[in-house]
Amino acid sequence: MRQAKTLSAHPARRVRWMHRDRAIALAMIAPSALAIAVFVYGFIGWTAYISMTDWRGLTMSTSFVGFDNYLTIFNTGRFQTNIRNLIVFTAFFLASCLVIGLLLAVLVDSRIRAEGFFRSVYIFPMALSFIVTGVVWQWLFAPGNWPNDPTGINLLFKQSGLGFLQAAWTTDTNVVPGWRIEGVRTRIGIPMAMIPVVVAAVWQMSGFVMAMYLAGLRGIPEEIKEAARVDGATEWQVFRTITLPMLQPITLSAVIILGHISLKIFDLIVTMTGGAPGNNTEVPGLYMYEITFKANKFAEGAAVAMVMLVVVALLVAPYLIYNRRTEVER
Amino acid sequence: MFTTKWLKLFGIFSILALVLAACGGAPATTQPTAAPSQPTTAPAGGGKLEIFSWWTNGGEADGLNAMFDIYKQQNPNIDIVNATVAGGAGTNAKTVLKTRLQGGQPPDSWQVHAGKELTSYVDAGQMEPLTQFFKEQGFDKVMPPKLLEQITYNGEIWSVPVNIHRSNVLWYNIKIFQENGLTPPKTIDDFFTVAETLQAKGIIPLAVGGKDKFETPHLFESVLLAVFGPEDYAKLFQPGADWNDPRVRQAAEIARRMLEYSNSDRSSLGWADAAQLVLDGKAAMTIMGDWAHGYFISKGAKVGVDYGYAAAPGTEGVFMWLSDSFGLAKGAPNPAQAKAWLALCGSREGQDAFNPKKGSIPARTDADVSLYDEYLQYSIKAFGSEQLAPSVVHGAAAPEAYMTEYGNALNVFASDLDVDAVVEALQDAAKDLK
Amino acid sequence: MSSVAILAPGRRRIRWSRVVIYSIMIAFLLFFLLPVYLLLITSFKSFDQVSLSRMWDLPTRFSLESFDRAWNGGEGVIGMRGSFWNSVQLVVPATVISCILGSLNGYVLSKWRFPGSETLFTLILFGMFIPYQSVLVPLVEVLREIRLYATIPGLILVHVVYGIPITTLIFRNYYATVPNELVEAGKIDGADFFGIYRHVMLPLSAPGFVVVAIWQFTSIWNEFLFGLIITNDPQLRPVTVALQNLSGSQFTQWNVQMAGALLVALPPLLVYIFLGKYFLRGLLAGSLKG
Repeated sequence: MRQAKTLSAHPARRVRWMHRDRAIALAMIAPSALAIAVFVYGFIGWTAYISMTDWRGLTMSTSFVGFDNYLTIFNTGRFQTNIRNLIVFTAFFLASCLVIGLLLAVLVDSRIRAEGFFRSVYIFPMALSFIVTGVVWQWLFAPGNWPNDPTGINLLFKQSGLGFLQAAWTTDTNVVPGWRIEGVRTRIGIPMAMIPVVVAAVWQMSGFVMAMYLAGLRGIPEEIKEAARVDGATEWQVFRTITLPMLQPITLSAVIILGHISLKIFDLIVTMTGGAPGNNTEVPGLYMYEITFKANKFAEGAAVAMVMLVVVALLVAPYLIYNRRTEVER
Repeated sequence: MFTTKWLKLFGIFSILALVLAACGGAPATTQPTAAPSQPTTAPAGGGKLEIFSWWTNGGEADGLNAMFDIYKQQNPNIDIVNATVAGGAGTNAKTVLKTRLQGGQPPDSWQVHAGKELTSYVDAGQMEPLTQFFKEQGFDKVMPPKLLEQITYNGEIWSVPVNIHRSNVLWYNIKIFQENGLTPPKTIDDFFTVAETLQAKGIIPLAVGGKDKFETPHLFESVLLAVFGPEDYAKLFQPGADWNDPRVRQAAEIARRMLEYSNSDRSSLGWADAAQLVLDGKAAMTIMGDWAHGYFISKGAKVGVDYGYAAAPGTEGVFMWLSDSFGLAKGAPNPAQAKAWLALCGSREGQDAFNPKKGSIPARTDADVSLYDEYLQYSIKAFGSEQLAPSVVHGAAAPEAYMTEYGNALNVFASDLDVDAVVEALQDAAKDLK
Repeated sequence: MSSVAILAPGRRRIRWSRVVIYSIMIAFLLFFLLPVYLLLITSFKSFDQVSLSRMWDLPTRFSLESFDRAWNGGEGVIGMRGSFWNSVQLVVPATVISCILGSLNGYVLSKWRFPGSETLFTLILFGMFIPYQSVLVPLVEVLREIRLYATIPGLILVHVVYGIPITTLIFRNYYATVPNELVEAGKIDGADFFGIYRHVMLPLSAPGFVVVAIWQFTSIWNEFLFGLIITNDPQLRPVTVALQNLSGSQFTQWNVQMAGALLVALPPLLVYIFLGKYFLRGLLAGSLKG
């Protein structure tokens, strides 16, 4: 009897505890949830509202103009150029980081000497600020009066007998192929000045991708590969049919992480080129900053910010929702 | 065992971090970081003063410090906070300033170009009128009426001009010109003749920067002045101006040819770097405001020996001016200290300390001319006698929304040299003339 | 050893592949170290050795002039000393608060799920990806309203709030690897919310804390946009803004810029050098997956 009593008392107490604990749990997460609700969703709503007013000048205006500001910015050649640049930057940055990251991960993973040293060197730029990266690479890619009186990396090429490698780098004004299309107020193609910026960004982030892939590679059980090898598979076949598919989730994470960094890129470009030459390396983040705070066109700046947000959301939201669904299934 | 090692490491890390923070606290608190909440009714002659500007380069910073030194002598107990933000000919500084104003944290006094740029701050209710102050100090009697006109808006005076700069100046390397038997070009045609000769000798004819984003727009305003003449030039920046005028295209053509005679790495150089190319003898000429003179001086170069000056090609007899001024913030944290600063800015003593170093001429007509060097004496004379035109790039002629569009049109032009595109962009930009 | 035996027949080919592997790795090593080389040689040059045409030469004499100028200022350069301490005062509290918040959130979202908790998590997570331009203007307005604009506590608040998503994510994923049985056992033993947190989760949390602390430390130290907009009082400026200011002012004093860049890079680099192994282990433990 006594025993039965304690047994029955126990679950009751547990249930009461559970209720209290649930309340505590909710109370613990509430401040964060509230902060995010205000600082993320509230502010986004506020910015969305600003983007539909005619706020110009230093005093706030609240008269509603609908989507006029969006029409205005999409019709300017400058914003169209920004979008082009952003696409080029993102594509090159993502592709290079993934390829180089994977390559380095595979090499570091191939039982080499001084593995730790190589790995550490490849990853260290990740610890730096984009501002530091920008300041240093701005120097490296300042072409000087080349080919005769070069500076930076051009000078290094000249001194090491590789003078033919000299280029205009960040001052290259070409857009390749630079097609003109009726109704589009920018030249379609790859702005060459963007390449050095991509190099600097890849320098900074590819080590991070390598680390991610390395983690993935180390997580693949050696037995599976060994079994395939016993069955007569070549190393390349093992890599293609076992390693790569198993790394897919990592690639997806990397794309999301790099993708959103890329779509938001600001610091690096401000320091390295400031958007020059012309607007050839300017991205929406810079444009927003300049028209908002320099030209006092707050409403148009807000519209640019909202466009950036939508682009990032288009990349990220499906991933987040997909992630959530698979989690629930698990 | 693994986790305890982790914990220890984390513990050490956080202790280190805290120690660092504690150390961090010490040196920072010894600095006179007066909190904004500190009473502004500081004892007379004490307290704090925050001056906001974008003067960080050699001569500019020297001039500002010279004024600070006088201020400190006059008010030994006031701590001056020198709030400078570098880069982009004030672009970065203006951004910071605007967020500060938006955030309700104005500096006591900030640098603002006299003219249209000033009006946007007035419209936003960010400035205190200074008409009475001008009368008390007698500034209205010693500053040229033309200048007073530029700082008067809605019937009140809003800022104290500290200097006058000239925008349309051609700086050249004397040695290069002598060695090649050249004289500084007076007209646009002369310029191209000289440029051709220099290029054949392997010298960069014209050094142009771009990193600060105002260099090509600056060059272009001199070209516009040369093509349009002072009267028609001034009309270009009035509301409803006619940018379909064929002379716009003509100016763009000239600017394109000029840029073709310049260094190709424009976008990676600031204006000072371009000036340095002239000083180093790598380039022969640069068209820049006379803050370049201040830069040359700070580098130890001698006017008339290392470098010479002339009006930008085709603009002889016209003085394209701009003026730096300081205003009083509405709700300034330290208004009394700020007024003492403004009094110094407008005083003969302050201007004569600042301008010879900055490489600009005083905004007062009664300055001690003997304190100024050869170039500045020439410039003082020119300002008094030549026709005047306001600079657009430096805030005298047009509002900031227009300047941004104009500036971007020309920065794109500096990159792609597309005359049709720049003409179209300039026509578009004219919508922002208000 | 066994792999050697298996690979032995193709030894020649293997040796060649080793050559290829090492060449590629060394090529990348040079690419990664090139800027560091320039940074080091330049910042240790004295002013009279600085010349564009000799920028790749080693310094003939070891000098700390550039560091002195970058740190203490002088000749048109504003020293970074004050900014450096500002950043320390900013980063340390922000990191500590972020760790605590993230850990609690992660604990709730992994072990105390409630209806809608997954949705809440997704909503929080989205905050990590937003471009901060889209909150900038309202942020300034609100900070002004609560009188935290242009203060270091204001910047700490901003970094903590916008750090919630990443810290929550790391902890939640980390805690997800803690078996639920442990939590259940704790509940049966009568431990409450905090009891389980303290006695079950915390002892296992060290790697999570290290990862989050390093992450927040480096990202806040390196952050630029908020620092630029929120603490624009030069006395409160963080290092990144000070460095941008240094490099924005003059091309010709690039040795000072390089020294400044090195100074800004130093704290995160030290963290990386001394704790990088653990950060990597954190990564390898899967803390960042997903």
